[in-house]
Formats: sequence, C-alpha cells, structure tokens
Amino acid sequence: MPVVTSQTSFDEREFQTPGTGKGIFDVFKYRYLLSLLLKKGIATRYHGSVLGWVWSYVRPAAQFLMYYLVIGVILQVNRGVEAFPVYLFSGIVAINLFTEALRNATTAIVDNKALVKKIYLPRELFPISAVGVALVHFLPQAAILLVVALFVGWTFSFVQVAAFLLGMLIIVIFALGLGLFFGAINVAYRDARNIVDIILMFATWASPVLYTWDMVHDRAPSWLFELYMINPVTSAVELFHNAFWLPVVSNDPVRPDMLWANAGWGLLIAIGTLVIGQLVFKKLEGSFAQNI
Amino acid sequence: MLKTSKAPSIIVDGVRKTFVIKHTHSFKETFIGFLKRKKLHSEFNALNDISFVVNEGESVAILGYNGSGKSTLLKTISGVLRPDAGRVLTRGRVAGLIEVGAGFHPDLTGRENVYLNAAILGMNKQEIEARFDEIVAFSEIGEFIDNEVKHYSSGMFLRLAFSVAIHTELDILLVDEILSVGDAPFREKCRKKIRELIEQGKTMVVVSHDTGTVKDLCDRGIVIRKGKQVFDGPVNDAIEMLKS
Repeated sequence: MPVVTSQTSFDEREFQTPGTGKGIFDVFKYRYLLSLLLKKGIATRYHGSVLGWVWSYVRPAAQFLMYYLVIGVILQVNRGVEAFPVYLFSGIVAINLFTEALRNATTAIVDNKALVKKIYLPRELFPISAVGVALVHFLPQAAILLVVALFVGWTFSFVQVAAFLLGMLIIVIFALGLGLFFGAINVAYRDARNIVDIILMFATWASPVLYTWDMVHDRAPSWLFELYMINPVTSAVELFHNAFWLPVVSNDPVRPDMLWANAGWGLLIAIGTLVIGQLVFKKLEGSFAQNI
Repeated sequence: MLKTSKAPSIIVDGVRKTFVIKHTHSFKETFIGFLKRKKLHSEFNALNDISFVVNEGESVAILGYNGSGKSTLLKTISGVLRPDAGRVLTRGRVAGLIEVGAGFHPDLTGRENVYLNAAILGMNKQEIEARFDEIVAFSEIGEFIDNEVKHYSSGMFLRLAFSVAIHTELDILLVDEILSVGDAPFREKCRKKIRELIEQGKTMVVVSHDTGTVKDLCDRGIVIRKGKQVFDGPVNDAIEMLKS
C-alpha cells in the first residue's frame, strides 16, 4: 500500500525506479561498458587454444570444402552455377554470421548468470555484445571472400557495397531480435536453446546457400515460394550473392526479379522481430534474477 | 552521526515480493500432477508490505535472521529484482557491495577486470582512469595487476574486487555481508573506508549478521521477520528487538 509516497513531500522527478531501463536504446548510454564487454568476448573467445582466432577461419574453410565436394561435385550443382565456389562461400559467410549471432545471443543471459543475479545493468547489453562478437568474427571471413572474388575478377560498385551492408544489417537485426526473444525464454525454460538449434539447422537449407533460388521456384507452389523469398535470411543471402558473386560471372544468371523488394520486406520482418523480441525480453526481464 | 540534509534518498513504499515455487519440472510431471489434483506450485511472500524512507546521509542496517528477506530487499533497491507490488525509488547513483567480484572474468588480467567491473558498476572511462591507481593501491595487489585473475589467491581476488566496488562513484551504497572477507587488517581497512564514505554524507544500507559491525556503522535499524517489517528505529533497540 503506497503510504509513504502520499505522506512525504518530495520531487519525484529526481528519483529513478531501480531495475528499469530503456532497453536496447541504453546501448548509447552504456557504450563504454559495451565496448569492454565486446573486448572481453573477443579476448576470451578462444582463450587457452593454441591456434586461437585461426579457428574462425578453419571452421568455415572445412565447411566450404565439405559442401563444395558433396553439393558441388557429387550432386553436380557445380555445373549449373558459374563460379560456384564464390556463390557457395558468399552464402556460407552469411549463414555463419546468422548462426553465430543467434546462438551467442540466445545463451548470453545464462552465460552471464553471476552478473544478472547480483548487479543491475540493462540486460540487453549481453545479447547485444554477443551479436557484436559474432560481427567481429564475421568481418575477416568477408574480407577473405572479397580477396577471392577479386582474384576472379570482382570490380567495385556502390550497388554491391549497398547490397553487402544491407544484407549484413538484415542478419544482425534479425538475429538480435530472435536472440532477445529466445534468450529471455531460455532463462526459465532451457528448451529455448534446443529450438534455436533446430532453427539454425533449417537456416542453411531454407535459404539459397547450397543451391539456387530458381530450383525452389520451379518446384515449390507459389505461396511457399513467396514465403521462402521473404525470409530475411534468404534476402540477406541473395544480397550477398549480388555483392560478391554476380559481378564475377559472365553469363547473366537469372536473378529473382523482386530481390530488392524482398530485401525491403526482409528488413521490415527483421525489425518487427526485433520489436517483438525486445517487448518479450522486457516482459520477462523482471524475473531473470530469480529464475536463472 | 551528523545529518546534513533531510532529503529522502531511498523510498521503499509498500513493497511486496512473491516467489512462485514450481513443484513440477517437466510436462510429464505437470500432467500427472494435474491428474492427481496435486498443487502444481505454491507462493510465498519473501517481502510483505515493507515501507521506509532513508534520508540522504543516513546509514541504515537491515536486520533479520536467515531467510527473513533481507537480501531480497536489498536486491529490490539495487534493481536486480523488481517488486511485485508497491514501489522503490532511489535518488542518485546506487552501487552495491553485493557479492563483489561477480563480474570478474578469470581469463582476463587484474587490470582488465578493474576496468570491466568499474564500468559494470556504472563508471565511465575518465572516472576509472582517474581512480585506477587508488584502486590498485588499496587492493595491495601491486605488480600482480597485469597477471590473469585465475592465478590470484582467493584473498587477492577478494581484495581487488572489493577495492573496485568501494571506489565506485556513488551516492547510495548497499552493503551485503561483505565485511566478512579478507584477513583482519584488510577488514579493518574496509571498515575505515566505509566510515569515510559515511562521513562524506553517502547514504548507506547495510545487511549483516554481525551486530558489532552494524552498531559500529549504522545509527538506525530495520528488523525484518519472515518478510514483514517488525521494527524501525535506533540501531541498539533494533538489535535488542532481533534478539527477543
């Protein structure tokens, strides 16, 4: 029963309610802490391993090799797609960014258990810094992709840079949105992590990474195809294809005619996901400390 | 103790905190429990209708036995937990000496951990840089500051963690059972530092079982029993009340 506040005279504007923040917008206020959390994430990621960050290159290289042999050579997708290695690798780096960002963000709260239980700080900082670490992880891979593309005749254009940046933005926002949502649920129900694992398993196959979009177009009913194309991950992968692969092929491949429109939808869906993720996160945040 | 101003610093108003205890942990158990008409969960009030105002510069002890809700109360003031009813308002920067070292990462060096934890406790870069030497000096870590924290002894670890926490820029300090860390000389040093903060007019809320510490640091006590506030007044009377 609020008795005290009605009896004491004080200026309420001077006071704060502990444990309430502005959600992801607190990032600006806490940018120094965020930069330190990022540094910590990067410094401790491969701590104790001799090769360290080399693993960030070994893993995608192994993935690439496996897919190239099985999908490209054995299943012969190689023949239908010019410069298939570049095609494949641009898809793989996009999916890897998504996988890494979503997986890290989902476990971010539970991983920082000690802090969440004892000190209040906007908890959104943990998933956000997790996504940041994934991004730092991703950029060298994109650089390698660029070098390879340069070797086979890639030339600069603003449209390609725009496609790359937009693709990255869509993935980061979408992964953060899903990460906030599942990360918040994961505190009370560790089932969320398993759901994310299934989503990630689908992600590679539900976007044109290992095959081309027109194969889906030819086989799927039109409603399913539309659904497939507005998947934000599909949009991002196609944008990456436009950025890295399209400039290096000589025969004009058929590109999805709604590519940029679909990218717009993808971005909208990603932002919608982020809004829902943030709302759910805020709703559940109050019980993090007692459930974790 | 000197009171320079009467402006409220912490307002706790009709706060209730209810914990729900689930008796089932899977769908199967829930389903069977439902068929057998068992209770699936029970609730208990860790805090029930707690109200008080702490004025600026006051130092207040929260007293009570284990499980009485003291730490829960402190957590609602720090913002870690949100009350289910009523509200908590604070004015100024709140820092907690609550389980110091929570943000320490064993694989980072002492220096990196000082920066990280000071930032976690709400300091910005300039403030940390300005106080860095003071923090290291207080902790008596010396040359080991650039070693990884996992190689520290538990005493060194606690000294550094405490040193970071106590040097935070703050207006309100929350202290939870912290004065039981370290060896006797370091404990004395900590107590001195806290007394210094009290003299500077910082607001303080202390949770401790150690009546000696409480008498020494606080002039007012609030006694909590099973989540209910049973006494609020001079600290000596509060300790008497607790024992009765």
